[in-house]
Amino acid sequence: MNINFDKIWPYLPQFGQGVLVTLQLAALSAIGGTILGFALSLGGRQGSPVKWLVKGFVDFFRGTPLLIQLAFFHFGLPQITGWIPDLMTSTLIVFSCNSGAYLSEILRAGIESIDKGQIEAAHALGVKSFDITINIILPQALRNVLPAIMNEFITLVKETSVVSIIGLSDVMRKTSLIASATYRYFEPYLITMIIYLTLNIILSFIGKKLEKALRYD
Amino acid sequence: MIKLIHVSKKFKETVVLKNVSIEFEPEKTYAIIGSSGAGKSTLLRCINLLEIPTTGSVIVDDIDLIKDKAKLSTVREKIGMVFQNFNLFAHMTALHNVMFALIKVKKLSNEEAQIQAIKYLTEVGLQNRLNNYPHQLSGGEKQRVAIARALAMKPIAMLFDEPTSALDPEMTQEVLKVIKKLNHIGMTNIIVTHEIKFAQEVADYIIFMDNAEILEVTPTQLFFSQPKSQRAAEFLFNMI
Repeated sequence: MNINFDKIWPYLPQFGQGVLVTLQLAALSAIGGTILGFALSLGGRQGSPVKWLVKGFVDFFRGTPLLIQLAFFHFGLPQITGWIPDLMTSTLIVFSCNSGAYLSEILRAGIESIDKGQIEAAHALGVKSFDITINIILPQALRNVLPAIMNEFITLVKETSVVSIIGLSDVMRKTSLIASATYRYFEPYLITMIIYLTLNIILSFIGKKLEKALRYD
Repeated sequence: MIKLIHVSKKFKETVVLKNVSIEFEPEKTYAIIGSSGAGKSTLLRCINLLEIPTTGSVIVDDIDLIKDKAKLSTVREKIGMVFQNFNLFAHMTALHNVMFALIKVKKLSNEEAQIQAIKYLTEVGLQNRLNNYPHQLSGGEKQRVAIARALAMKPIAMLFDEPTSALDPEMTQEVLKVIKKLNHIGMTNIIVTHEIKFAQEVADYIIFMDNAEILEVTPTQLFFSQPKSQRAAEFLFNMI
């Protein structure tokens, strides 16, 4: 059988560097996406102009391919704006916006799943809308949609691999480079798959723990 | 003092309240009765503006709630409400359900809120259910938590929107017993109910509604012996 890892081992540190980039990208985009997702889902509950802006934003980022968004933002926009962002900045912005759009829809569904009676009861007690959102709606909404949110984060980790195409040195790009340098393909891609799988198994483990922590029934 | 002046409410084309005016005397108990769809709950929900009247004004302690929206939450704080479906906060224990508004609205410290909450939950007989979540409580217990939650705010008035309609007869009795204790202790109680016998027992006045209107507001004894309106007489006759 034509399997030989000997040529690959010397490149292990390269995999490591790639993983760090992937992790950084995924983690920062998840944070950016979560903040944006909250803002969008709450904005979507406001009056018309804000609501339509949010809807336009979500439609755009859900309705076009991520790879094209990335290429458009990194290569296309500088032609108009004259500002050439570095690769990491471009990808972080695009990934945050993209996952923010998906997360806002997930959160919206969660918010709508909360029974209106509780909100009425809180209003009747004289609780301000802000406190109702933070203390009544969001904790229950989050708990209801946590599995969907973890799903989105897992997707995000995997999708970061497209940045290799525009040249960011994530684990996927490192793998391609290692493959071309060693003329070995099976081994490096296998290693990379195992890396992604491990990351996501850890992520879903954390998700399960979180779900347990947020349980009240 | 709570006053509704020429209040009307429409949902799309359906008229649910037709030019209703009524003044609630302080510290009295009112029972709103009438057949389903008469507008009883809507009337009740207009008092704390959970339902915004299409026209007319709602005045609580000389504040016109519709004109003076900024004061709405201060007024709501003084008017407790108990709902048909309890509406407890599902992710909070009985104790925290009661503590929540004490902390957020009354700005009590955590310790002070807890002392108050335990006091009121004890008053409704739930001192051994403090740390249970709503889904672990029976219907009657849930409603008693809801009553404690409203009472803890020390309201000047309590609104009960069919408080026992979702309960079986046994639980109904346990909740009615609690509501009875709130009679004539310094609050105005306004109760929408189908429990006619209960209304007869606790209310000072009966508000009889039919077809989006108040047909009469009559002292309880008088209402049951000789109602003013023909419709109320029919209603009572059908009850027996």
